[in-house]
Amino acid sequence: MNQEKKYWKSEIELKPNSAIDQLRNNEFTEKLPVDENIFTNDSINNTQTDRRDFLKYLGFSTTAAVLASCEGPVHKSVPYVVQPDRIIPGIANYYATTLYDGYDSANVLVKTREGRPIKIENNKLSSYNGYANARLNASILGLYDSGRVQGPTINQQDVSWDNFSNNIKAQLSSLKSLDQPVVLLTSTINSPTSKKIISEFINKYPNIEHIEYDSISESSTLDAHELMYGLRALPYYDFQNAKCIVSIGADFLGDWQGSNYDHDYVKGRIPNKNNGKASMSKHIQIESNMSITGSNADLRVPLSLSDQKLFLAHLYKKISGDSNSIQSISDDLLKKVNYAAEHLLSNSSKSVVVCGLDDLSAQIITNRINDLLSSSVKSKTKVSLVRNGSDSKVNSLLNRIKKGDIKGLIMSGVNPCYTLSNSKDFTEALKKLNFSVTFSMKIDETAINSSHVAAIPHQLESWGDFEFINGEYSLTQPTIKPLFDTKQLEDCLLSWSESQSSFYDKIRDNWKNNILDSPQKWNSSLHDGVYSSTSTINLNYNNLQYSTYLSQLVSINNDGYDLIMYSKIGMGDGQQANNPWLQEFPDPLTRVSWDNYLTVSKFDAEKIGLKNYNESNGALNSNYALIKINETELKVPVIIQPGQAKGTVGLSFGYGREIGIKDEMKTGVNAFKLYKEFSKSQKVTLSSVYEIHEFACVQLHNTLMGRGDIIKETTLDIFNTKDKEYWNPIPKVSKNHIETPVNSNEVDMWTEFDRSIGHHFNLSIDLNACTGCGACVIACHAENNVPVVGKEEVRKSRDMHWLRIDRYYSSEDNFSSDIEKKENISGLGESLSIFGEMEEPSDNPQVVFQPVMCQHCNHAPCETVCPVAASSHGRQGQNHMAYNRCVGTRYCANNCPYKVRRFNWFLYNNNDEFDFHMNDDLGKMVLNPDVVVRSRGVMEKCSFCIQGTQSVILKAKNEGREVEKNEFNNVVACSAACSTGALQFGDINNKESEVYKRKQDDRVYHLLEYVGTKPNVFYHTKVRNIDKNKSI
Amino acid sequence: MLETIKNKNLSQSFKKLVVSRFFALVILIFSFSFGGFSQEVDIAKGKSLFNANCAACHKLNKNLIGPALAGVSAKYEKEWLYSWIKNSNAMIKSGDERAVAIWEEWNKAAMNAFPQLTNMDIDNILAYTDYVPEPVAVAASTVVTSQAPTAGSVSTDIILVVLVIILCVLVSMLFLVNKTLKAIANKNGIEFEKSKPLFKVPIWKLFIKNQFLVFCSVVFFLLSSAYFAYGWMMQIGIDQGYMPVQPIHYSHKIHSGANQIDCQYCHSSARSSKHSGIPSLNVCMNCHENIAEYNGEEDLEKGYTKDFYTNEIKKLYKAVGWDEQSRTYTGDTEPVKWVRIHNLPDFVYFNHSQHVNVAGIDCKECHGPIEEMEIVYQHSSLTMGWCISCHRESDVKVKNNEYYTKIHEELSKKYGVEKLTVAQMGGLECGKCHY
Repeated sequence: MNQEKKYWKSEIELKPNSAIDQLRNNEFTEKLPVDENIFTNDSINNTQTDRRDFLKYLGFSTTAAVLASCEGPVHKSVPYVVQPDRIIPGIANYYATTLYDGYDSANVLVKTREGRPIKIENNKLSSYNGYANARLNASILGLYDSGRVQGPTINQQDVSWDNFSNNIKAQLSSLKSLDQPVVLLTSTINSPTSKKIISEFINKYPNIEHIEYDSISESSTLDAHELMYGLRALPYYDFQNAKCIVSIGADFLGDWQGSNYDHDYVKGRIPNKNNGKASMSKHIQIESNMSITGSNADLRVPLSLSDQKLFLAHLYKKISGDSNSIQSISDDLLKKVNYAAEHLLSNSSKSVVVCGLDDLSAQIITNRINDLLSSSVKSKTKVSLVRNGSDSKVNSLLNRIKKGDIKGLIMSGVNPCYTLSNSKDFTEALKKLNFSVTFSMKIDETAINSSHVAAIPHQLESWGDFEFINGEYSLTQPTIKPLFDTKQLEDCLLSWSESQSSFYDKIRDNWKNNILDSPQKWNSSLHDGVYSSTSTINLNYNNLQYSTYLSQLVSINNDGYDLIMYSKIGMGDGQQANNPWLQEFPDPLTRVSWDNYLTVSKFDAEKIGLKNYNESNGALNSNYALIKINETELKVPVIIQPGQAKGTVGLSFGYGREIGIKDEMKTGVNAFKLYKEFSKSQKVTLSSVYEIHEFACVQLHNTLMGRGDIIKETTLDIFNTKDKEYWNPIPKVSKNHIETPVNSNEVDMWTEFDRSIGHHFNLSIDLNACTGCGACVIACHAENNVPVVGKEEVRKSRDMHWLRIDRYYSSEDNFSSDIEKKENISGLGESLSIFGEMEEPSDNPQVVFQPVMCQHCNHAPCETVCPVAASSHGRQGQNHMAYNRCVGTRYCANNCPYKVRRFNWFLYNNNDEFDFHMNDDLGKMVLNPDVVVRSRGVMEKCSFCIQGTQSVILKAKNEGREVEKNEFNNVVACSAACSTGALQFGDINNKESEVYKRKQDDRVYHLLEYVGTKPNVFYHTKVRNIDKNKSI
Repeated sequence: MLETIKNKNLSQSFKKLVVSRFFALVILIFSFSFGGFSQEVDIAKGKSLFNANCAACHKLNKNLIGPALAGVSAKYEKEWLYSWIKNSNAMIKSGDERAVAIWEEWNKAAMNAFPQLTNMDIDNILAYTDYVPEPVAVAASTVVTSQAPTAGSVSTDIILVVLVIILCVLVSMLFLVNKTLKAIANKNGIEFEKSKPLFKVPIWKLFIKNQFLVFCSVVFFLLSSAYFAYGWMMQIGIDQGYMPVQPIHYSHKIHSGANQIDCQYCHSSARSSKHSGIPSLNVCMNCHENIAEYNGEEDLEKGYTKDFYTNEIKKLYKAVGWDEQSRTYTGDTEPVKWVRIHNLPDFVYFNHSQHVNVAGIDCKECHGPIEEMEIVYQHSSLTMGWCISCHRESDVKVKNNEYYTKIHEELSKKYGVEKLTVAQMGGLECGKCHY
């Protein structure tokens, strides 16, 4: 409409005037004195632009630029033409949906603002799968990845979907008429509707074969289950009933079998003195690498792979009473086997053994033990369907392509050119095919080698349905209109099968007809995102020759090192390698970001000559190890990992991506190259390479040095029998030579402010419940627009995480021995030597995770030193940080005893030096509009999600009601994301609230309480289920 | 003699007046009592009936949902129109040729039946639709409107002139009195002292000599210039009075002032969200589907003619993709890029619903006399001082809001006041607005 309005520059224009016309048509009526080639000396000498002209131009342009910059910016505001009913600008909408990328799965709520998804939250209506891990929390950034494929291509040429489909259809039809096989290679399909669509597609083209392929395979578990129970699925464990858990190499709090078990596991791990005596489940972990599951265990036994198998075999013998003789084990280990067996048997049906070894016999023996225990933890009615890949089929696929048996390949949700150990062969083989189609969001390793690339939408733009656990259905619905010209696999298959309906139609019809007990429930199911049907499965209990499997299990090769590959909490199988949040996410155990590495025990490191050392500024460096399996070599940086079993090394998947990701994200090495025969354990030889690798590690000190006031720990025994004063005393300070508790008013420098009126926010952190999974860290990133700073800056300790999860190792066998050791120091000389020793973690240390964010001290040291009062305290207990007031002196950060304040050294948004999501228009769409994006030179820190607490209060005011008891917990990013309930936020002035109840607990303590800062964050003493009397 | 004649005249005219009044009264009574039966039509009544029943779909001179109705009685005979208006559907069903023709011409849109209208009512309506107003004598009306003010100004001018003359006379009289008094004094031999110059040296030289004075005035000068410089610099970034040209000349004066449309009819999200919300174009079309041209007051001086406004409505139609002829949406839209007037910086969180819904503040308190603004401008300074001074003075509106019940009771007891201000409630804490 603007065009209709005519603007005149002067009144002369109103009259017809030739000069004006001429000017309008030709801005410079005379020929401009610009020479064609100014760089030759001749032309400069002969040029008509003399010095004076040059100065004139310079002056003019400078003035113009200055004048232009004086003008204030004009902000445009563009409303909808037709505003959708449900969108009110400024108010978030939530959609229940399901995320599944072939590796991770969860039922989630997606928060959208003005139609764009900005955050993933948990769907509490889901009874089995309602918690998103760190990767799924971060997956929202994948939607706004500027490197996404924006439309279909054939041989790297952009085409329309019609052309694309016609081309494929023609190929498929011609191959069909010749009866030449085509393979559809997908990640595990656990969608009931997709399965139907694929079978219809195969009906239409009978020459097509469907093969499922998991990048990190669980084939042995699936095979074992099929053999024993006649159903190819994974066992489902109900950990909340468990009284005793023995895990052999299963990282079930991490990534084991696509698990989501931490929520249930923690339910049994919190000691509540309801009937006077608290009880906890017993958790024994046998493993090689240090995992977060091992860190949470009561007893962790680091063992090499062969010893793990022997342990399992002997455990089986103990429990079954099998009399076959097998290879013997050391007395020490036998003691541990007996200890485990004793606990398993005494808890019988409430106990369970889980096993993470890629070994059919190990899985069969594990299942057998559980059956013998008649374990109620291993579900008899539920199985997990999240993995269904078959190693043998994938292996034969490659051979068949090589032979030329297969003419076409359609791939979706897989990246075999990256995840196969023999990916080079596969890449070569792809070229032999008549056509290869890859459904992908990125031009990744496989897509670049395929003839056809089909651009697919992100999960948040897609429809879908899933059955992760039998009978538990869930739905995926789009939360945004597709950003690019994309199509889902199912829609393409439907169109290639000449079907008129869309994937959505198919899902709806399938649910109405086959899944829901009444079609009327469709809308409510879509609203909830989940639907539980009453259908159960019946497992057959086949009788197998267990002694054969037992003997297979103990036939062991003992040469060389065991390489145990695992997936890192931050990276999984590497699909999201281009995600800056995940790259900068510090690993819960090593605290290293932006890398993967070989974890080595200290013993082996010294033997091979592998080193870790710190530079003068603290940054961590290492040399490299050369891993060799036959001809395959891989040069990997090294981290010396306390708790790593001797004779074993660990390496994580997911790194070393080369194609389809930004240069900054091309980190680490590709462990899939060593993933031979789909076995996560390999025999390798190691040697050291003297090249320096630079790590970005966020925690430089690993032990607590016996400081029990940071982490308070006790055993269940002491917890049950002794007074609080014994295991959780309040620190005392001396006043007039009288020991006075630090929380009494007499020793306080400040006069206490009355906070009994209104809201008073507190955050409770239960160290027993925190598994260290880090979902809160990513959720905090997403909620608070925390910038990513890159590897170099992290090395300089300039990471911006508002919430960090500190990890501490004990330097003795456990933390209480550390304290004892420290207490018994006498004299300066001894203190120097002993403190030196205490800096070194033990070979098998106790591990503890401690989330630390701004403690919102009621007597905050940061507030008193700010020269401009940018940091101040609110009545509701929050320590406010006014960014616009901050001048960047950083006094506050220096005065903070908890080191939680973060300084913006650079303008991280709109800065090409930091080419992460905040630097491109698409990536910025994820920013939370309720939180300001901080500028350079200001301090920032955790705000207790004040935008959330304020929104809850405002909502209550608008509705004219009081705030509900636990309403605040859902708006604080970390506590809302916590799957185990370790973090609980709320108003302690509301006596009904969960956080108030938690504050009354005996286990409560404050971090560095003796400083007298009176924080509004409180921790719960960690209680471990260790019996001190028995030495094991 | 003269007086009696006058009286006579007066009494005669009085009589005349009484007689004429009487007649008028009689006529009036007659017209009231027989009005219902007479065949005389009432155009005013017709207009109100038209507005109540017909205007939603018909205009006089323009096709709307239904055809233009001016001169409709010339096209169809009365009896036909009666039955059409009372129940058009029945006519169409009965197969009346002309009825079916209309029905088909207007996309088979059914017209409401109006059985409640009497034939007289319909006559009135038709009279209104046929009514052609006599051309207004423009000159006469301008004379009428301009006369009154000139009369007023003339009288005040005269008074002024008179006053000035009186003043002049007084001054000259004083002068003369002075002169004569002096002359008398001279004659009496009284001598006057000659006045001496006050200073021997020029005043500026004296000033320079007095160093203390120079020092003080320099300090004063510097301080005052600093004060003004500070004042000027504090204006930077404050856009009070910012009045940008918008892509569509939307007049709040017409909508909010003349038509009394509630602010939150268009800015509906102010009740529930942090944004007051610029209404999406479908909200405009709620009314403007039927209001295609402007017929209100004009401001000829500024060029705001009826045509000008009508043209702005056309811009709306273009943006929303509304085809006036076919009365359909073409789907060819072009979102309007309004220029934002109130720009709070990013680091300030402001929520409309808190102020509009919870506190019940009138929009005008911050946005000023919107109903008088032809072009909207930023009324308030929107500085932090402005926010805070209001937070310090305003009481929290606690009535009928359970959220406040407990906290208000406890806090007011603590502070010993009857009513809490926003500041006492914590409305001055940094983190409440900056996060």
